[in-house]
Amino acid sequence: MRSPNGRDAATNGTRHYAGTMPDSPLLTAAAVAVIAMAIAVVAGVGLKVLRSFRDLGTDAERATYHTLHAASQAGQHLRRGLNPAGAAKASRHLRTLLGCEALALMDTSGVLAWDGAAEELKPQLMRLAEGVLAGGRTAVLPAGQPAGPDGAPEDGTGSALAAVIAPVRAGTRVVGAVAAFAPSAGAGLVRATGEVADWVAAQVELAELDASRTLLMEAEVRALRAQISPHFIYNSLNAIASFINTDPARARELVVEFADFTRYSFRRHGDFTTLAEELRCIDRYLLLERARFGERVQVSLRVAPEVLGTVIPFLSLQPLVENAVRHGLEAKEGPGHISITANDAGAFAEVTIEDDGVGMDPKQLQSMLAGHTDGEHVGLRNVDARLRQVYGNDHGLVIETAPGEGTLITMRVPKSQPGHDA
Amino acid sequence: MNPGVALAALAVVSLATAVIGFYGLRISRTTGDFYVASRTVRPWWNASAIGGEYLSAASFLGVAGLILLSGTDALWFPVGYTAGYLMLLLFVAAPLRRSGAYTIPDFTEARLDSRAVRRVTSLVVVLVGWLYIVPQLHGAALTIRITTGLPSWAGSVAVVVVVCLTVVAGGMRSITFVQAFQYWLKLTALAVPILFIIFVLAGNGTPALAPPAANPTGVAPAGLYQNVSLLVALLFGTLGLPHVLVRFYTNPDGQSARRTTLIVLGLMSVFYLFPTAYGLVGRVFAPGLARSGQADAMVLLLPGELVGGTAGDLLSALVVAGAFAAFLSTTSGLVVSLAGVISQDVLGGGVDGFRLAAVVSALVPLGFAFMTDSFALAGSVGLVFAFTASTVCPVLLLGIWWRGLTDAGAIAGMLTGGVLCGGAMVMGALAGAASTPAWLAQPAAWTVPAAFAVMVLVSRATVHRVPKTMSRVMTRLHTPERPLATER
Repeated sequence: MRSPNGRDAATNGTRHYAGTMPDSPLLTAAAVAVIAMAIAVVAGVGLKVLRSFRDLGTDAERATYHTLHAASQAGQHLRRGLNPAGAAKASRHLRTLLGCEALALMDTSGVLAWDGAAEELKPQLMRLAEGVLAGGRTAVLPAGQPAGPDGAPEDGTGSALAAVIAPVRAGTRVVGAVAAFAPSAGAGLVRATGEVADWVAAQVELAELDASRTLLMEAEVRALRAQISPHFIYNSLNAIASFINTDPARARELVVEFADFTRYSFRRHGDFTTLAEELRCIDRYLLLERARFGERVQVSLRVAPEVLGTVIPFLSLQPLVENAVRHGLEAKEGPGHISITANDAGAFAEVTIEDDGVGMDPKQLQSMLAGHTDGEHVGLRNVDARLRQVYGNDHGLVIETAPGEGTLITMRVPKSQPGHDA
Repeated sequence: MNPGVALAALAVVSLATAVIGFYGLRISRTTGDFYVASRTVRPWWNASAIGGEYLSAASFLGVAGLILLSGTDALWFPVGYTAGYLMLLLFVAAPLRRSGAYTIPDFTEARLDSRAVRRVTSLVVVLVGWLYIVPQLHGAALTIRITTGLPSWAGSVAVVVVVCLTVVAGGMRSITFVQAFQYWLKLTALAVPILFIIFVLAGNGTPALAPPAANPTGVAPAGLYQNVSLLVALLFGTLGLPHVLVRFYTNPDGQSARRTTLIVLGLMSVFYLFPTAYGLVGRVFAPGLARSGQADAMVLLLPGELVGGTAGDLLSALVVAGAFAAFLSTTSGLVVSLAGVISQDVLGGGVDGFRLAAVVSALVPLGFAFMTDSFALAGSVGLVFAFTASTVCPVLLLGIWWRGLTDAGAIAGMLTGGVLCGGAMVMGALAGAASTPAWLAQPAAWTVPAAFAVMVLVSRATVHRVPKTMSRVMTRLHTPERPLATER
């Protein structure tokens, strides 16, 4: 049993502890965070250690694994082609692959990366590799003999290490070379170096393929860049013509609007614009359409000012509005209503265009968007393809429609586009 | 004071926030108003919104409390909070807007062309945001306890619930208007009561209880080092606050981003007159508040203490409303920007991911708030500023102004700053408040230069990693954008 005295002491102890409790939440929060990080590190190391004890198969299996692992590691770094940053990382893995003393990667203009010993050879390497880069044949340079005064590579490396320099050939061009250094250059090393050089060449070709795919995508986006429809020009000019005698002032105003509209849509620079500019273009477009339809076209707008500066592909909204007017309202009896909204949705801007027109058959729309049939809604497909091309497959148009039920088109664009200039 | 009145004030503020958030934009326009509808946010509006989001519990309650406790030393807080915007104006506002990046991780990724930098920046930003929300929740807990007598947790939970509901339900659609409203509410809620109090005191001829220079608690004044370090933290820390930088995206171009910052400077200067006045009046006429350990609640208690009666209750209700506006606006701003970062980097960015991330980024600091107890709001927020200044600020400043920054340098610098500053916080916690030396209590003066130095040295050592896109990005950051074709 405890004495009253002991209990006092205990309470005192607690009180004392409470006195030294951290008085700021941040300090405690930081302490908790540090402890959590420590636990995570210990757990991570523990897992690694445990894993190393697992049975990993026969020696041959392991050797295969190690070779393939080194190759795939190096491959990741060469995915952007032969550049200094990637080559530096890849050369480490390639050296373990070849098991040589030192390994260097070079392109036609200079040494990109050196991994391992004998770095004093680096300044001479380009001279040693001259013949390989020009002739595209593997060179074997024995150790020991000093390099000749005229720099002929046949004279050897001039150090204790022998070198094998194999060309990296992409297609028919020599784009670089792999140099392996070892105490002696046996047939095994020569063959292996040649294979590594071929493997590097395959990676470089992949990188070039990537680059040309990007170029192709850019070209496609440019080709898809929407053009204003000839129908619209014809209809607008007719509508303006009908005002020239009855209401010359209005006709003049419309011609100016038409000029502004065409100037915007024919502009050459840039594939991107801001939401604000695109809305301005839609305003002009609707003014011209209203000259034709009169009060049959009613439009309401609800735009969050936060997203007006968002960058969107050039002429990506106007075709949607034109679609709503032409396919939604033109075919309909009586007045039609279009509502355009733009909302701030976290890291995205969400734009919707809704009409209460005749709607579409979803199945037909689907096959049209997939490119199977050339329907009337080419503008929609065009915009959809461009959005997917630029922002990825998650950002295509979302279209909700049914015959007679109107159409709701939603477009979601990331706000953050540091790569795109409006 | 009367708990009913306080609760009513709280309910009205929460409701007003939700209603403006939902319906601020529900006004549809016809094509005739096209120009009105597609008008971008004016710098005045945006500046008010930034003010609303920036003025947190620390500014509303903490500054006055500190002035009550330590007099003129505490004036460095409002000076630093405001002058941080001068740094923002000079070095960050326009280039960051021109970058087209929406969040700080977006910016660092675009500038340094590296996913790894993005991940580290995201981690730091989320950490900063969480640490910043905790004092807001403490402020809410304190306010509820003092004014209604309910248990402390009720206040924190109330703020988290209101913020989660409005963000998840899409109530932050017209966030600019909500936050702008909160600024003016906060200003009114501080200005009206203090002016009333001063008139009453002058009318009654109430005698001063203590001279303004008297030190009510006998705590030693801060030394030169502490003041300098605090100022470094506040000046540089403002540059990296995630919720403030997101607001600049609302400006259509770099030019208006600068104008906005200029107006924010003015709005801040006006606002901080009032907490200072509270502190001074408290020192002279109610020094008892300092001794009872309720300095942070001084703003809430002063009207009841000095005016009393129904008028005192009403004034207190106004102050409570303003205080809750401060907690709600800062917390919701932080939650929205954190949710943006988390949903993009962890959950792949959909709408549902954003909602989930919003709930997570509100609940984690709530857990921290339950585990800890706060006594000095302005001090805790000052430490968050020190952490931001040692991590996010160097990467922003060097990223914008130095062509030589590399991804390795940025990561090394951020980690160094984070570990040093975080380590100082933890060491300070282990040593206890009373025995913490000044250099641990205010670490910014050495952690910020250390982070800059490491960032520069490591970048110098890894020159070959300067991204190829550097020239293009730098040109974009520093050349004026072409005028938008929206004005005729």
